[in-house]
Amino acid sequence: MLASYLTMAAILFCIGLYGALTKRNAVIVLLSIELMLNAANLNLVAFSKYGLAPSLKGQIFSLFSITVGAAEAAVGIAVLIALFRARGSVNVDDYDEMRR
Amino acid sequence: MWNVELTGEFIAFFVFAVMIITGAVMMLSLTQVVHMVLSLLAAFIGMAGMFVLLQAEFLAFVQVLIYAGAVTILMIFGIMMTNHQGEGAEFPRAWHEGLAAVGALALFGLLFYAIRQADFSQVTAYAPAEDNTLAIGKLLFTGYVVPFELVSVLLTVAFIGAIVLAKKEAD
Repeated sequence: MLASYLTMAAILFCIGLYGALTKRNAVIVLLSIELMLNAANLNLVAFSKYGLAPSLKGQIFSLFSITVGAAEAAVGIAVLIALFRARGSVNVDDYDEMRR
Repeated sequence: MWNVELTGEFIAFFVFAVMIITGAVMMLSLTQVVHMVLSLLAAFIGMAGMFVLLQAEFLAFVQVLIYAGAVTILMIFGIMMTNHQGEGAEFPRAWHEGLAAVGALALFGLLFYAIRQADFSQVTAYAPAEDNTLAIGKLLFTGYVVPFELVSVLLTVAFIGAIVLAKKEAD
């Protein structure tokens, strides 16, 4: 059963990676990163039940990672709003200052 | 491995897995940004169901509260505050998307091979606590007090920083 959960998390991580690499809207890129974080959480919780030495520590760890993910989403959206105010676009293709 | 017996857990796992993958794939294929966020909401709720299956009831509750509630609403606010027309298909970046798909599939193949190869034999069986929330609370306020306080400071700093970043400059 553990292998099914790990495969599920791997599928989710790869979908999140593809979304983060190909989507143009910066909000969706942030959301894809949240999806990848969520896949990592699923791994932690699966190992806390089916791992070699099962204990509650995996759940505690994923609780902390959910907290950090929430903080990351808030700061990301704030940066995005400030960037939109300055540049008038949320298309990630328009943010190419470093490439010129 | 493929001849799994049809237990209740497997059926529930299958239902939640279909829900999560449908939500995530819809996120990739839809064109309206708000629809993408709503389809990811389905994926987040399916994930909460999977946490219940793994006997992590408190985490399932937190998942619904934080991801399905707070993060999704935050993203919808972000969409409303920026321009919210759909993904403009000005020029199809076929090369870029193809390379990203190949990379993601290669990563999945690697992970899948590693999962198939690994030996996950359990030494001790999982003994679930009688009250999951009580057990987590006890552990959080005895063994993990310092990380808990640190993460609360981090959250406060991050939210104050977000407010400062997003507020309009006084001019």
